[in-house]
Order: sequence, then C-alpha cells, then structure tokens
Amino acid sequence: MNRVVITGMGIYSCIGKNLNDVRDSLFQGRSGILLDTQRKEFGYRSGLTGFVERPNLKEKLDRRARIMLPEQGEYAYMATIEALGQAGIDMDYLDQNEVGVLYGNDSSAKPVIECIDTIRLKKDTMLVGSGAVFQTMNSTVSMNLATIFKLKGINLTVSAACASGSHAIGLGYHLIKSGLQEGIICGGAQELNHFSMGSFDALSAFSIHEAHPTKASRPFDRSRDGLVPSGGAATVILESLESAQRRGAAILGEVVGYGFSSNGGHISNPTVGGPVRSLAMALRDAGMSAADIDYINAHATSTPAGDASEAKAIHEVFGSSKPLVSSTKSMTGHECWMAGASEIVYSMLMLQNSFIAPNINFETPDEDSEKLNIATKTIEQNIDVFLSNSFGFGGTNSSLIIKKYID
Amino acid sequence: MQFSEIIAKTNEFLAEEFEIDITKITPQAVLKDTLELDSLDYIDLVVVIESNFNFKVQPEDFVNIVTFQDFYLYVETKVNAKELV
Repeated sequence: MNRVVITGMGIYSCIGKNLNDVRDSLFQGRSGILLDTQRKEFGYRSGLTGFVERPNLKEKLDRRARIMLPEQGEYAYMATIEALGQAGIDMDYLDQNEVGVLYGNDSSAKPVIECIDTIRLKKDTMLVGSGAVFQTMNSTVSMNLATIFKLKGINLTVSAACASGSHAIGLGYHLIKSGLQEGIICGGAQELNHFSMGSFDALSAFSIHEAHPTKASRPFDRSRDGLVPSGGAATVILESLESAQRRGAAILGEVVGYGFSSNGGHISNPTVGGPVRSLAMALRDAGMSAADIDYINAHATSTPAGDASEAKAIHEVFGSSKPLVSSTKSMTGHECWMAGASEIVYSMLMLQNSFIAPNINFETPDEDSEKLNIATKTIEQNIDVFLSNSFGFGGTNSSLIIKKYID
Repeated sequence: MQFSEIIAKTNEFLAEEFEIDITKITPQAVLKDTLELDSLDYIDLVVVIESNFNFKVQPEDFVNIVTFQDFYLYVETKVNAKELV
C-alpha cells in the first residue's frame, strides 16, 4: 500500500483568494459573511451569504475554455492553479503522467436556470449556445479541469451534498493508496449566486441574524439559529509518497485516515450514530486512538440540531482526550459542496503555521457544546494530527485524518 | 439596412465574440480559419447572428458560406427578406 501525501493546496474563498490571505484571515478570526440584498429581493428568507468576487479569467484562459466554465468552475480553476504551482506540477508533467481529478460538486443552478429561460423565451434550444451543456451538468467542474489541464487519469465528480469535497479527498486517498493512481487533483467547488441556494433557504435552515452578518454564523453557540451559505473552491494535490519524492516535491502533510458512513435515517435530520461510525472508522484506518488527534475541524454549520448531534458524537469518541475543536464555518459560512476540501486546506494552514483558528461567535455553550474543548480565540500551538468532519443531506458522513509528514 | 452597415456590424460582433483582431476580417478571408471555428463554435455563431440580426441561421446554410463576403451577402439576403415582410 502506498503512503498518500499532500504536495499542493489552493483556495479561493470568502476569507481570501489565496493561501496567504486565507492563513491571515484564519489567524485573525476574520469573517467573510455579508448581507446580499439581491437575495432578499429575490424572495429569500435570509440574505446572508459568504462573498468572493468572480475572477477575471480573460487573460488566463481562452474563449473556448471560458464559455464552458460556470462560476464554481472559475473558482476551482483559480484554486487548482495555485495548488499545482505549490506542488511544482506544470503542463509538461501533466502531459507525461496519468494525473486524475476527483472534485466535489453538487449543483450548477445558475447555468441551468439561464439555459431554460433562454429556451422558454426563444423556443429554440440551439440559442442557448455551445457552453450551456458543459456548464449545466453536475460534473462540470471535473470535466472542465480535466480539459483545461489535459488530465489523463481518473476524471470524476463526487456528489455527496455537503460532504462532497471531503469524500473526493477520501476517495482520492484510496485510489493512490491502492496504487491505481499516482497523483490526483482533489477538491470541492460551490457556486455563490442567488439562484443556487433558494431551495435550501426554503427549509428555514439559514440564520436570520441579518443585522450583524459577521456574527450570524455561530457554530456550537447556544443562540445559533442556522447556517450561512457560502462558496468558492479548494484544491488539494494528493500524490503517492514515492511520486512526491521522485519529483523532489515539498511534502506538506500525509493523509492517514478516511472514515465514512450513512446515517440510515431521515434525509435532513442528523444523527449521532452516523458520525460516530465515521469518526471511529477514520481512527481505525489511521491506526490511531482518540488521544492522537490534536485538533478537530468540526462540520458544525451553526444549525441547532446539526451542531448538537456533532457535539454529542465528538464527545462520545473524544470525550476522554478532549482535543481542541473549532468550526471555521464561523468565519466562512457553510461552503457546502466545497467545505470538505476547503476545511482540509484551512486545517493544513493551521498545521503548517502552528495555530488553531478560532470558532468565532462562540460565546455561550449549550448542554452539548459545553462538553467540548472549543477554541474561542486563536491558539498558537503545534498540531501533529488533525481530523476534519463533513456531513451532508441524506445522512452522508466523511471524516479525514491528516498528519504532519515524518519521513 | 445598407450593405456597409451589415459589414461593419458583422465584423464588430464577430471580432468581439470570437476574440480576434478585427483587422484580420476582410471580405476574401475564410470565415472558418479566421475565426478559428470548431464544431461547437458554429452554435455560438448562430446565437450571435440571432441576437444581432434577429433571424435564425439554419446550420446547413453554413455549407455555402466560405468567405466573409459570402457571409455578408447571406446576412443581407436574410435581413432584406425580413424587412420586406
């Protein structure tokens, strides 16, 4: 079995458009949440959202590549360019090696709506143009990245609701561990437009603390009232240790555990048992005990039921060792399909820079969160091993364990 | 619409849509080569013609359009036919 290492990372998010800016935001506990009045006018119950500008790709990609690419694909491209650069992988390397892509994505709402609106108006499908079909498909991100970077390995989108990005990394880890691939571009992307989250807002799942947007996402806090949707993209370059060493690449961390489970219950109501099984499986896979984990990046989205269930699950598995816990969603909002990948990048930045980012807005614990060791402010301390949770609708759970690379 | 207007308008939107230097567009230049059209680009050509001249090109009509001059004449015929209606 191959050891699986991380050799590159890239991030394009509401708390920064590159690794350095995001590292600073995490350290300073800076929120990327604002109130989008367009959402209110459109009929949203909550206009809160994370926000990042779309990149201008006119100088970076040709017309054909750009018209295929939806908004979340643009974010994924930016994150992937940064990650490949950090990994020292260029187009020649991609041409000569079977590098794959496994990317989390679970919607492409805006292109679908615009495409159908055009057909309704013009009564002619051809007038949607040539890019529409490639933007509207759920696999839009992986198909576009594979085309732009001329990839020759696995080419697959992972759709698992808010655990998509995490499962993408977990599955990439297994493909490399088993020797089927030597390198995979893994990640997650999430569109940010006002069409994308209307049906989610319909469930009253979003915070309505609109008067103070940066205070609205309050994972684990007693007064939390819902999540804040967000988006962007995050990329992680996974590679076999042998491949990384052969290339002389800097090794940033090692993926050592992947646990997954399905709740076997309600489509949106969380459970404790599902996450517990995912956590336990990740620990078994890593050959670690609970006490080996220094930090947990919680899934905690700031919903009353979800955070309570996760707190119970973390307490059940880690109650004796009480590792530090924070939810970076307190700053970023819930990056949904992207979150499982971005939170690996956030946690890796903490591991590399020896700090634990705060769970901002955690002011008053409830009966579940009081049992956890939640970082309320930035803590400068070494991290050797962290675990990142991601859970999604349908009861899909994913837990990843990453450790500092030791030869 | 005057033929000169058709030429100016066509050159402008083709250069913008296909991101080429407008000076490369001459009456005798080959449309496919100058605009670097692949099979998908013909769909976008249909879209920009419809949005600028408000008529729908039948894809099979492109068989007889080789140069920009062919294209201008084709557009003129279609636009004039519309104006007569």
